[in-house]
Formats: sequence, structure tokens, C-alpha cells
Amino acid sequence: MAVALHQRVRPAIVVPVLAVLCALPLVTQWIDEPFYLVLASRVLLFALAATSLNLLVGFGGMVSFGHAAFFGAGAYVVAIAAMEGVTSAWIAWPLAMGVSALAAAVIGAISLRTRGVYFIMITLAFAQMMFYVFVSLKAYGGEDGLSLPRRSVIGLGLDLKSDTTFYYVVLAVCAVVITLLWRLVNSRFGRALQGVRENETRMEAVGFPVYRHKLVAFVIAGAVAGLAGALAANQNDMASPSMLHWNQSGMLLVMVILGGTGTFLGPALGATVMLLLEETLAEFTLHWQFVMGGILLAVVLLLPGGLATLLQRRRTDG
Amino acid sequence: MADLLQIRGLVKRFGGLAATDGVDLAVTADEIHALIGPNGAGKTTLIHQIAGSLRPDAGHIVFDGHDVTRLGMHARVGAGLARSFQLVSLFRKLSVLDNLAFAVQARSGTSFRFWRAAADERALFDEARTLAGEVDLADRVDARAGALAHGEQRRLEIGLALATRPRLLLLDEPLAGLGPEESDRMVTLISGLRTRCTMFLVEHDMDAVFRLADRVSVLVSGRIIATDTPDGIRAHAEVRRAYLGDDALVDG
Repeated sequence: MAVALHQRVRPAIVVPVLAVLCALPLVTQWIDEPFYLVLASRVLLFALAATSLNLLVGFGGMVSFGHAAFFGAGAYVVAIAAMEGVTSAWIAWPLAMGVSALAAAVIGAISLRTRGVYFIMITLAFAQMMFYVFVSLKAYGGEDGLSLPRRSVIGLGLDLKSDTTFYYVVLAVCAVVITLLWRLVNSRFGRALQGVRENETRMEAVGFPVYRHKLVAFVIAGAVAGLAGALAANQNDMASPSMLHWNQSGMLLVMVILGGTGTFLGPALGATVMLLLEETLAEFTLHWQFVMGGILLAVVLLLPGGLATLLQRRRTDG
Repeated sequence: MADLLQIRGLVKRFGGLAATDGVDLAVTADEIHALIGPNGAGKTTLIHQIAGSLRPDAGHIVFDGHDVTRLGMHARVGAGLARSFQLVSLFRKLSVLDNLAFAVQARSGTSFRFWRAAADERALFDEARTLAGEVDLADRVDARAGALAHGEQRRLEIGLALATRPRLLLLDEPLAGLGPEESDRMVTLISGLRTRCTMFLVEHDMDAVFRLADRVSVLVSGRIIATDTPDGIRAHAEVRRAYLGDDALVDG
């Protein structure tokens, strides 16, 4: 069978998932475990970051090992803006996206002239450069990071200090932006991007300005990662250099691969599974990363298409 | 007749070797112009430079009155200069229809559109279907391109180039690897495109060259040693010595 370019998202999966997510605060309140709501917000914003990375890895064939740079940049923009007295989310969050997009434009314009392993290395190098810049910026907290004097202000009677309100805001942002990305993947642009993934030379030879397409995708993915970073800064009440560290880029890549690069919602699933596993395993052992490694190995070996293929298979069987 | 493509003093060196050594060549509108030459003469290097995938070290390529020497490949395609590849280059995992729809999309308006589903754009796929019919693949539109027989892949390769609505079509050994029957089919197909566009054909199969070409240029060691009608080339003493030494070819 030929690979399909149009990504279907089945209501049979999305509607129940959304329903559960909307009802989640009621459940955590009922079982009196407010921490799970904080965890759920974390899962959502990482799902957003992983989905943006998948636009590059899964649909554009660009394995970027520096995506945390944009995530971290977004977080720092929110923290620095708050330090300067700009706390409105309506200003700080778009600003975070803008700065991340700009960083992605500069890094992308240079990195995208290379391919394959070189592209992986150069994106990694740029992200590490940004990491060291923030580590050495004493004015912004250096290694300790920069704490948020207060969370972003949305107005409309919403207070982000409340975990429940924060959760719903993150849910709304993620739902809207992930929907936009889904439209994008299936649009003319997304189609062309997938063509680049399949055969770059051929795309150029039928008349596509390939480099421009890749760069635009890189900038969009960077902007969305910046938005996720802005949310993360609010959740953690701080921005820290570790958010730009290559560990973080690696985590995002693992989420994408774990969930499935070829699928649109796979990376969101990957982020969910990974963060929940981390949380559960860490309760039992200090060496949870060892167990996690084993699980990752098993998934990569047994389900090369990622966890999302598990759902697909079950569906075709039944 | 006006020249659609003019090449002037083109030079490309790889280290000490001049693969293209001062080539002058003109392709007239509406002709099929064949390029022949022994292995290693620099035919593919020349095609790469005309298509834009290789930068020449010196000289000019003028297409339709405009100097395109510095233009990238996709910009040349936009100007009406398309190519087919010697080694088939397809979207192997995708269906034949999606392959052709890409090429149609590239030509029909901007692809920087982010909202509307491309799968709903009937016009893209209607035209892709028409193109499939033109290269005899109408009943194969849903097949995976990588699963096609070699002859079918060669025809899809032509279809992708045609989809860009070229004014000059560069065909790099379109018969390579085809059996006699498939070759015949391909020659008929190319012949049928005569009214659609000008063609510049690189081919080893002399039978096909002499059946198709209006004019033939001979490339030896990076230089054009002759350009003439097929009959003229057959009679050309220098060409016979340099290239057509094999009598069987001359008789063909």
C-alpha cells in the first residue's frame, strides 16, 4: 500500500480523550490528589512541544537535535518580560513565540544548508551555544535560572495561580494550536513538506523552492516550541538553563520517536507515556532511567512505527 | 526559428579534468535535439548544468532570452525548463497519483497555504489523473510508485516532468534499462510529445536517436565536435572516427 499523505484524526479517539481531559480536574478534586493536575498540565505542554518537533522530524524529514533551544527561549522571554514588569500573557506569550521564531529563522537559515548527520550536529551545537549563553548571563540568574515574580496575567477573571485554571488554559492553548498544526500538515504546505521528506531532489526538480519550505516549517515549529516554553515557565514559576540543555532536546526526540514519527498525534501520546512512566518509575526506584531505557528499547525494536501504530493495528483488527 | 536554449562557452572542471570544456550549443524551438557521445564524454554533467543542479565554472546558459546560469533548479522549472532523471527519481512510497499531484501543485499557485486541506483540491488530482493517462498509467494511479515495473517508472518519470508544463524538456537517457518492447513504447510516447514541447535528449540507443531527433550534437571529451541532422551526423567523418566506429550503429 502506498503511504497516505492526508493525516486522518479519528473522532472515535479524539472526542473521548478531550472529554477525559475536560473532566480531569473534577476527578483529581474528588480523589483529592491535586498534584495529578499539575502533572497533567506538564504532559499537555510537552505534548505541544513534541508535536511541533514532529512537524520537522516526522513530516519534514529534518531530525533537529536542538528543539529545546526554542522551548527554553520561550520560557526565558516570559521570565525576563515579567522581571521587566510585563506580565500580560497577551503580550508575553506572543512575544515568546516571536523571539523563538526569530531564533529558529537564524539557526534554521544556517543549519538547513546541511543534511542528515550534519544537520543533527549543527542544530545540537546551536542549542548548546544558547544553553551556555543563558548559563553565563548573570543578570538573568545564570546557572540558577530566573524565577517568575508572578505568573502571566490573562484577565477575563482567570487567575493562573490556580492549578485548575492553569490546567484549563494550557488545555485550551494546546487544543487550538495542535488543531492548527493538524490543518497545516494536511494543507498544501504540509503536503509539500512531506514531499521534501520523501525525495528532496525530486521536489526541487518539479519546481518547489525546497529550502524555503523547510525554513518556514522550522520557524513555525520553533514558534510553537516557544509557546510551550512560555507555558512551562509559568508552570515551574521559573526559566532555567536546563530547559535549553541537550538533554531536553533528546527528551523531546524520544517522545516523538516513542509515540511514532509517521503519525500526527503519536508524539503527544509519546509525551504522555514518557512523563507518566517517569513519574511512576521514580516512585519505585532512583534508577528509573534504567527501566525507562529498557522500555524505550522494547518499543523501538518491537514497534518501529511507535506506540501510535499499536492503536492503529488494534483498529484494523477489530 | 528562434533558439529556445543557448549555451555559450560553458566550462565545468572537476579537479584537473574539464568535464565540460567550452561547450557552445543551441536548441531551436520545437525541435528534438539529441546529444550523443561515448561514455565519459560529459553528457550527464552538461544536463546537470542546464537543469541547474550543477554550477558551471564559466560560460552562460540562456533560456528563452534570459540568462539562467545563476538560477536554482526550482526557478528554472518555473521558467519552463524541466528534466527527467537518468536514475529514476520518484516518491517511491507514495501512490502514482500523489506523485503527479505534487508536480501539478508546484506549478499551480503558491504552496504557502496552511489551512485548506490539499486532499480536497479536486483540480490537483483531476489534472494528475489526466497526466497519468498521457503516460499510459491510467490504470496504475493507486499503485505505489516503488512497486511499478521499470518501464512504468520511466513513464512516470516523464509524467512528473510533463506536469510542470515545460517548454523545454531535458530527457536524460529515458530508455536506460528498458527492454525492446518498452523502448518502443517510450519512443512512441516521446514522439507524441513533439507538439507539446521542445526536447533535449541524451540517449545511448542510436536507433531511437535517429528515429526521434531533428538534429544531433556529438559530445566528445567535453567538447561538441559536430551538430547536424541525423543523416549529416551519419556521414560526418570526424564523428565516425570518434564515436560511431561501430558499423552496426551507422547502419541503424
